[in-house]
Amino acid sequence: MKKVLVISLLAVFGGYLLKVLFQIDFGHQFFTNGVKDLYLVASPEKLKVANVVTAIVVNFRGFDTLGEVTVLFLATTAMASILYKGRHQLGERAVLFSGSSIVTTGSKLLFPAIILLGVYVFIHGHLTPGGGFQGGVIVATGFLLMLMAYKDYSVSHIVLSVVESLAGITFASLGLVGLINGGSFLNDFMGNGTLNALFSGGLIPIIYITVGFKVGAELTGLIYTALNEKD
Amino acid sequence: MIYYLILIIFLLLLMIGAAIYSIAQKDLLYAVIGTGLISLVLSILFLLLQAPDVALTEAAIGVALTTIVFIITIRNTVRHEDEEKNRRTLPNQTTK
Repeated sequence: MKKVLVISLLAVFGGYLLKVLFQIDFGHQFFTNGVKDLYLVASPEKLKVANVVTAIVVNFRGFDTLGEVTVLFLATTAMASILYKGRHQLGERAVLFSGSSIVTTGSKLLFPAIILLGVYVFIHGHLTPGGGFQGGVIVATGFLLMLMAYKDYSVSHIVLSVVESLAGITFASLGLVGLINGGSFLNDFMGNGTLNALFSGGLIPIIYITVGFKVGAELTGLIYTALNEKD
Repeated sequence: MIYYLILIIFLLLLMIGAAIYSIAQKDLLYAVIGTGLISLVLSILFLLLQAPDVALTEAAIGVALTTIVFIITIRNTVRHEDEEKNRRTLPNQTTK
């Protein structure tokens, strides 16, 4: 009975998936409907942003990005509230074997390069592929490497939460400044500059820098909390 | 063009192989490495299909973070699938 139920559910799901897949006209080179022409024309010419994906995510759909950041914040807060322990009741980090000198020296050498790559990715979010989320995750992976290689490497929860809160407050208050200045939330109140310059695209680089700091701090704190759980 | 198609088909087959490997594998650590391989190949595919933004996201989150979170979970629970049958209680309820 259970198996029949599962198989029928899977069949219904697969049928719907096939129906949707047949509706997409694969084989044609371009889609004909939708707002893509507006985005493709407006982002280089009006907004002076080279990366169209960034222009859509941060400028045309900036409010959605604020929502995504809020979702990430709530998820990390929930996980930290389950796993959080004070400094005195923190368990010794369980290690099966300590890292060899090759691992520790190599990760010490790689750590600044990884952080630099992450910062590059989120500062150049409007010029090259990538952006705040990707750069923040790369920064967090750098800290993760150090946490895994060194047994006694630790990050300060207070600094992480201050960085995270300041970045979130900056994002929201930039949106409020746009609301006061131009009449809509996250309205672009700065000049757009020239195409392909580092200081261009109005608010986009500033927002992506705050998002990068926020995501990096959140994920680093999350990994640190999970690693130090006493078993 | 034909080389491009061959490369894409090879990568897709590699993805399916890695997925089957990680289902069949009894050692959960190797299974997690298999899922990491799926994400790595998927990010190369995204790059070939001209979506570098998505490729970067997949490489950072799918390969690095998800794998690490699963490895931390495995370290705190059990490593082999067979151990689960013998274990009657949760890991933090066992008496030491």
